[in-house]
Amino acid sequence: MKKTVKRDLFPGALEMMILRMLKRQPTHGYALVQQIKRTSQDLLVIEEGSLYPALQRLLKEEFVKAEWDISPANRRVRIYKLTAAGAKHLEHEVSTFERMLEGITRVLAPEGS
Amino acid sequence: MNWLKQLFARRRLYRELSEEIQSHLDEKVEELVADGMPREEAMQSARREFGNVGLIEENSREVWTWPSVEEFFFDVRYGLRGMRRNPVFTTVALLTVAIGIAANAAVFTVVNSVLLKPLNYPKAEELVSLHQIAPGAEGLADFESGLLLSPSMYFTYAEHNQTFQSLGVWIPGTANVTGLAEPEQVRTVAVSDGVLQTLGVPPAVGRWFSQVDQVPNAPGSVMLSYGYWRRRFGGDRAVIGRNIMVDSQPREIVGVMPPGFRFVDSEFDLTAPLAFDRGKLILAGFGFHGIARLKPGRTIAEANADISRMLPIWMDSWSNGPGSNPHIYETWKITPTIRPLKQEVIGNVGELLWVVMGTIGVVMLIACANVTNLLMVRVEARQQELAVRTALGAGWARIVTGLLIESVMLGLIGGVLGVGLAYAGVRFLVAIGPSNLPRLNEIAIDARTLEFTFILSLLSGLLFGLIPALKYAQPGTGSALQSAGRTISVSRERHGARNLLVVGQVAMALVLLICAGLMIRTFAALRKVDPGFAEPQHLQVMRISIPDLLITEPERVTRTQNAILDKLAATQGVKSAGFASDMPMEGFDSDWDEIFAKDKVYSGDLIAPLRLYKNISPGFLRTAGTRLVAGREMTWSEVYALRPVVMVSENLAREMWGTPSAAIGKYLREYSNMPWHEVIGVIQDVREKGLQEKAPEIVYWPPLVQNRFAPAVRTTTFVIRSERAATESFMNEVRAAVWSVNSNLPLASVRTMEEVYDKSIARISFTLVMLGIAGAMALALGIIGIYCVMSYTVSQRKREIGIRLALGAQSGNVLQMVLKQGAKLTLVGVAIGIGAAFGLTRLMTHLLFGVAAHDPLTFVAVAALLLLIALLACYIPARRAALVNPMVALRCE
Repeated sequence: MKKTVKRDLFPGALEMMILRMLKRQPTHGYALVQQIKRTSQDLLVIEEGSLYPALQRLLKEEFVKAEWDISPANRRVRIYKLTAAGAKHLEHEVSTFERMLEGITRVLAPEGS
Repeated sequence: MNWLKQLFARRRLYRELSEEIQSHLDEKVEELVADGMPREEAMQSARREFGNVGLIEENSREVWTWPSVEEFFFDVRYGLRGMRRNPVFTTVALLTVAIGIAANAAVFTVVNSVLLKPLNYPKAEELVSLHQIAPGAEGLADFESGLLLSPSMYFTYAEHNQTFQSLGVWIPGTANVTGLAEPEQVRTVAVSDGVLQTLGVPPAVGRWFSQVDQVPNAPGSVMLSYGYWRRRFGGDRAVIGRNIMVDSQPREIVGVMPPGFRFVDSEFDLTAPLAFDRGKLILAGFGFHGIARLKPGRTIAEANADISRMLPIWMDSWSNGPGSNPHIYETWKITPTIRPLKQEVIGNVGELLWVVMGTIGVVMLIACANVTNLLMVRVEARQQELAVRTALGAGWARIVTGLLIESVMLGLIGGVLGVGLAYAGVRFLVAIGPSNLPRLNEIAIDARTLEFTFILSLLSGLLFGLIPALKYAQPGTGSALQSAGRTISVSRERHGARNLLVVGQVAMALVLLICAGLMIRTFAALRKVDPGFAEPQHLQVMRISIPDLLITEPERVTRTQNAILDKLAATQGVKSAGFASDMPMEGFDSDWDEIFAKDKVYSGDLIAPLRLYKNISPGFLRTAGTRLVAGREMTWSEVYALRPVVMVSENLAREMWGTPSAAIGKYLREYSNMPWHEVIGVIQDVREKGLQEKAPEIVYWPPLVQNRFAPAVRTTTFVIRSERAATESFMNEVRAAVWSVNSNLPLASVRTMEEVYDKSIARISFTLVMLGIAGAMALALGIIGIYCVMSYTVSQRKREIGIRLALGAQSGNVLQMVLKQGAKLTLVGVAIGIGAAFGLTRLMTHLLFGVAAHDPLTFVAVAALLLLIALLACYIPARRAALVNPMVALRCE
């Protein structure tokens, strides 16, 4: 049943992006989706709902904290905030990802270059 | 404790999640509306882009749960709900399981307590019985206890061994305690130094015997059993140091053993030191049980070698008196056969208990088969539900697990009920169990029994759940959805499993019934055996012992016994009275000695065959109802005149002289200085050791003999023939009669000969009852199984039968068709069962008597009986099938 979450991303990518967004500033779920879409310039198509299981996982791992607050649009929303552990995890994940990306890039590089 | 907090916070978490998602959707809708989209369309669009809200919520929630555990609890709840919804199914299934498990748990309790648990001594695995055999000594081969130890052997072994930490010898007996209340005969165990040390159980009060107590002619000391201490002294600790009169000799109480303590297999009231007089010992006197504690790490084989090494030392160190050859015992070929003490205690009861355990296990299998059948019917009824669940995405594994959890729950609940019933069952078993069952008072339900019951419940749950689960949770249930609600005729394959179960049940029931049948035949054969006494229900027996210190002079002992007989004979309702050193089957240790015939030649050192001997009073034979085959009985005047007369058993007469009448006038004696005794009578063979054992050859001496060792028999069983036997008023008069002769004489082992007889066949009757119960349960369960399957088949085939009838089939044909099907199943089961029984009954050969393990009559009769009952069980559903109204059957769809 878990497989029904449709993701074109590799596991953990969404979590990594969420943490990156939250590092910039604490924000709520809807805004997070919009930010990711905007920042990636719509290169990444994310099913909006898939954000929430990811957020729950981050909450459970205590990489983020959540607090109810009133949004600028005067709406009761849950604001997510990066924790120290979350920041550390992000750093680790990003460096791992960069190394992986580098590796993949080298393999995919055109011959002779 | 994080997970605990999570568990409690979970409800709030879920609520917040829903709220958050709703807020997300709202925000999106607002934005789209603000961009100019109509609200309706905006809402749809928002949802589309968000994805499946329910699924996402579930996935988000799942982050916080342990899915497998929660699924498990869901299945448990689901199963419980199912059970409540089907009270009839649940009751029948639970009862079947509970009774099956209770029977198994109860029998296992006995097996565990008697066979598996270590003995109640510290480091019991080091304890051994110093068993030895003497194949060269004719007559001794009959000894179940082998060649017992003589005191000189004990000293040799104790002083020269290299493999034992400690060893000692002991002997059970009886003694008269006087001066407390009424004179009382108590059970005693006399022990040498080393016995208590070997067993290693510290006293509850006071001290053990020390070497000081073992000095001959030292002031006597005695220890009490816990039970005797409570009973006679109210558990008073001040008894230590008090004197009591044991066999008219004062003995000082030095200690009390703790509750439950026994000497190997002997219950006792008092224990006293043997106090051997070392200086007067000879080689012979093989009357003592030896026990020892092995040094850590030493094996039984090493200990046997050690004893073999010491036997020559023993023969060199002692003699049988001047002029005798100590190495005569080399011809006896004495061989140590040391065995674990536990084996000594358990004896041959192991086989019996395992047979019972096996049969009751088979009953459990039959019960499981029945529950499997029930579950299959139920799962079939739930096909639609299962198909819907599969269609909704439940995986195959998930459904199988769910079904298995339900059946295991059934097993476990049945197990809990079963344990409750088992407590009653154990009490029942102990009550009907042979009273000579070893370790009877140790039988109790313990942790191991509960563990066994738990595992059994679990396994049975899995066993009867597996077939339905695997069969009905198969993928491809689309057809089930389509055909739901239509009673199509069920496929052959589906009947296959059910038929297989019935065949198995019939086969197993047949095996158990054949075993029970063989036991019934055994029992009947035993009842036909002439035990050597008549009308045991009118034979009152009791033990009276006259100690040395009470009456020293041998003739006075006999005169006292004679006086008691006269008083008893004068009691109202007494036909006759007599006494003997013991009655057949009483289980007292028998006396054996070499018997020489005057007209036979015994070469030099050769020892004459050992014969069992007894002393009997005039009038004993008439009282006991033992037949005189030839010659005559001795008279009292011959007894007092010390006339050298003797009687022998018929088989001994035939062995020595060919015919009973040829024995009359021949002469016998025990040892060379004894006068030759004339054989004046031949007595019928008596089943001395029980109905199943061959009657031994016996020499019957008068109660008073010219014998330097034991001129008068002091411990005797008095036998009274009277219709009033065993009544309270009669026993009061008997006691008064005895005490009018000597008020210091206690009466012990007061019972009728019938009780002795019943006790001697207790093992057989216990097996019979147990196999009977198991067989009856198997038969009932098997028949229920056949009935259920046939009924179900008929109900499933109603439509088909309806069509047949509509097409012109006669109801008689239908009846026949169903009966034939039932008969086919039963016959296959019977065939398999006979095959299995052929192999299995051989295992119980030792329990059988007068009937072969492959007794054709039993096999045929039981098979026919089973077939008949099975057909009767099929007849009811068959009749129902024949009465099907074709119109109703076809229309009800």
